[in-house]
Amino acid sequence: MADSGVIDGPGRKDEIERAKSEGKDLTKEEKQRLRKEKKQQKKIKEKKDDKASQENEKEKKPVTSAAPASQPPTQPTVQKAPSAVPATAPVSVPASEASVPADKPTKTKAELKAERRARQEAERASKQTKKGETGQQAATSKPKAPPSDLQPVVKRLPEHIQVDNPDVLKKLAKKLERQQIPLRSDYGYKVSLFSHLHQYSRKAPLTQQLSIPSTVIHPAIVRLGLQYSHGIVAGSNARSVALLHAFKQVIRDYTTPQNEELSRDLVNKLKPYISFLNQCRPLSASMGNAIKYIKKEISNIPSNCKEDEAKNKLLNCIESYINEKIILAGVAIAKCAIEKQKISDGDVILVYGCSSLVNHILCKAFEKNRKFRVIVVDSRPRLEGKEALRRLVQKGISCTYVLISAVSYILPEVSKVFLGAHALLANGYVMSRVGTSQIALVAKAFNVPVLVCCETYKFCDRVQTDSFVSNELDDPDDLIVTRKGTTPLEGWENESSLGLLNLVYDVTPPDFVDLVITELGMIPCTSVPVVLRVKNVDQ
Amino acid sequence: MELQAVLMAAGGGSRMTDLTYNTPKAMLPVGNKPLMWYPLNLLEKVGFEEVIVITTKEVQKAMSTDLKIKDVKMKLDVVSIQEDGDMGTADALRHIQPKIKTDILVLSCDLITDVALHEVVDLFRAHNATMAMLMSKAHEFTETVPGQKGKKKTAEQRDFVGVDKSGKRLLFMANEADLEDGLSIRKSIMRKHPRMLIKTGLVDAHLYCLKKAVVDFLTENKSISSIRGELVPYLVRKQFSKTVNSQKLKDDTDDQTQEKNDGPLLISSRDEPLLQLAQERSCWNDHRGDMSEAYHGGKLRCYVHIMDQGLCCRVNTLAAYIEVNRLAPKLFEEPSVHPSADISERCQMGSDSIIGAVCHIADKTSIKRSTIGNFTTVKEKVKVTNSIIMHGVTIEEGCNIQGSVICSNAVIGRGADLKYCLVGNGQHIEPEGKSKTNILSNGQ
Repeated sequence: MADSGVIDGPGRKDEIERAKSEGKDLTKEEKQRLRKEKKQQKKIKEKKDDKASQENEKEKKPVTSAAPASQPPTQPTVQKAPSAVPATAPVSVPASEASVPADKPTKTKAELKAERRARQEAERASKQTKKGETGQQAATSKPKAPPSDLQPVVKRLPEHIQVDNPDVLKKLAKKLERQQIPLRSDYGYKVSLFSHLHQYSRKAPLTQQLSIPSTVIHPAIVRLGLQYSHGIVAGSNARSVALLHAFKQVIRDYTTPQNEELSRDLVNKLKPYISFLNQCRPLSASMGNAIKYIKKEISNIPSNCKEDEAKNKLLNCIESYINEKIILAGVAIAKCAIEKQKISDGDVILVYGCSSLVNHILCKAFEKNRKFRVIVVDSRPRLEGKEALRRLVQKGISCTYVLISAVSYILPEVSKVFLGAHALLANGYVMSRVGTSQIALVAKAFNVPVLVCCETYKFCDRVQTDSFVSNELDDPDDLIVTRKGTTPLEGWENESSLGLLNLVYDVTPPDFVDLVITELGMIPCTSVPVVLRVKNVDQ
Repeated sequence: MELQAVLMAAGGGSRMTDLTYNTPKAMLPVGNKPLMWYPLNLLEKVGFEEVIVITTKEVQKAMSTDLKIKDVKMKLDVVSIQEDGDMGTADALRHIQPKIKTDILVLSCDLITDVALHEVVDLFRAHNATMAMLMSKAHEFTETVPGQKGKKKTAEQRDFVGVDKSGKRLLFMANEADLEDGLSIRKSIMRKHPRMLIKTGLVDAHLYCLKKAVVDFLTENKSISSIRGELVPYLVRKQFSKTVNSQKLKDDTDDQTQEKNDGPLLISSRDEPLLQLAQERSCWNDHRGDMSEAYHGGKLRCYVHIMDQGLCCRVNTLAAYIEVNRLAPKLFEEPSVHPSADISERCQMGSDSIIGAVCHIADKTSIKRSTIGNFTTVKEKVKVTNSIIMHGVTIEEGCNIQGSVICSNAVIGRGADLKYCLVGNGQHIEPEGKSKTNILSNGQ
């Protein structure tokens, strides 16, 4: 039909104009997709037709015969958008295009012709949009190397650091509603510098809004979420191990529904669980890497694999991941630190807070009969140093305990500082418990070497230079303490100009860190991106 | 599935026989709804879809005809047991053991509460506890009880409950009846929890979350017959027993037999080493000040949630029944007058009275702070104050009823004057009869 051509034409132009108006967002998505499409062009074309028909079965819009054809150019963009990307821009486009052809009355005679012509138009349109996008890129952006040579992809701002943006909040609410997970509401007055972050109260757990025999979320995940939000499982390694343990239970209890493939369906099943855990407590970098690994393993399961075999394979993968990346890495790091004389006789070692890896190293060194003593530095409100102190003293190591306010007093005695890390960022910055950067700074001023111990699975490709842009705000009520019967901060919510801030993490620049001990060896802080690149090439 | 709900509705109401000799306790009307409707409503609100109801054949028959219970949208799996039996609550659990596939939430049919159930269940989930229960601060009953002359309070056996500093971990539980010489606390408990708060003014709500392993343990130990009386104190004591905590294999035959008995209780999940690893690496401890790890290395843990606000009442005495009739209707936003009741215009009705279905209230009556059941007829010039009138009662003209409980199908003759009386099922009070603080019934 002549009509379809006319209407598709403005439709195409609309798409390009919309693409221009969305600006950099769509172009960057298109960059990603262009790269992938160049490699797999033929496969995409075959899949487009399949996916088009599948998408139309899934979508409940009243799609006429011409509409499916016009949808393929936007379908791949919708499908390949990363989950964190708000999909409103691509979604609105197919919506408008669907509504436009839907207005036409369907005529049986020319239907087939229209379909054929529309499909041709659509394929021409997709090619043109690609060319149009590349044309725009060349015009608007600075001259860059061709996209295929650029390795690191510019990521969008994640949702959890845009809490003061109501649009982002609305999108999050919609996404959670779709996954049937309750939305946890923020609590208390937030200090203005950190108002872009979530702040939850421990007294309002997420389980309040869930049904009690939880059917939407697997019970192991509910238990895990509760343990995270109460702080029963705390510490990067512990959280990852507990997460993988819960995933093992989920996989064990999983049965593939009919007409679904395990590789695709299980990943979809895990998404709401991950959102739920994120709502209970923001995911750590180590957890994020573990989840990426599992998702990759699941999607790599061949479709002809039987369910029991596949499940066993996945369980073994998880076991081996924990064994290699956490347990054996810890052993290797301890061995490295002890044999390379990083802990020698007569040393006075300063540790901060409770890092499972640093405690492990010190205990192993003590077993190998090194003579050293430890100074444990602690800070409120978590007072994790008390737990580290208990573990070290139980082994027999002689320890001193100070609060962080005494660090410059005690540093002249110290010969080395051992710090644990929550994550190592791609620009060499160390993200760790709040207070770590203080200690590194003071140690630098006293010329005391600072060694960070970190397994490679905690390396993440995020870049951050300050502790403000992305952090975690803990429950502000933790700062309230009762001494001798009085609670000075009791009615803090009623004071309009008073805000309580309970930060969890901070970021230490690489200039203050002398060495990072990993299972790959002892590397300087600035070699983190090299390790990441090597890991990516391996995978 | 995470939790299965079990409702125990076979109790006889042994402490209020005047009310229960004709009506089973589970079907006593409270605010014109049967007593067992309240726990069922609590479960339904929270999101349960199925409940196993353990009850007698009599109650089962009554349930099938009751409208309110038919309204319940959950699937009720009714298991009937012998009425005469000395079947305790634990025996009943043993009886339904084949149906139990996961952890259970056991409720008693006489519990009326508005607790946020997630508080109890969260303790059970977060700490991987073997048992979590609900208790509430006891409130004094203010209403005068019919049949009780004066304010004589029977000295009820007190419960001694010991909790730790945080108020959540249950360390000690004993009833006054079991303590002959005095309260003795083991040194092992004091060493682990030097600060213990012992409370006596608590009401046990008989709401327990139990692990599936406990039900398996019950099938092996047939000597335990009551949950509250025997199982709960046993579990609380077992938290600190040596065989549970020590991980060395013992060669003594005595210890071996005890281990066999406790075997099911200590069954660990398949991924125990991973859980251990996570706990080791976690920098959390539930106590400070001594050298032991979290939970002192104990695998068996019992937790309690103590409610200090809100309604939590167990209807097992007459006083409780009257108190609850006053408070329960306030939990729900329902109209106090049933739409099908026929109330004449010249009737004075207080706002805190409840009128049931298909009632006939005639002129010049005064109804204050009372509950009137379904199918009741109240004739002219009747004054009803502070009373509970059950279903199918007929009150003739000119009666004066104050502070009384009139059971189903009773007939109060003309001009009778009842103060603080309890009239049993189907009783007839003579016209012009006067009664004060009396229990008029057939039973006992």
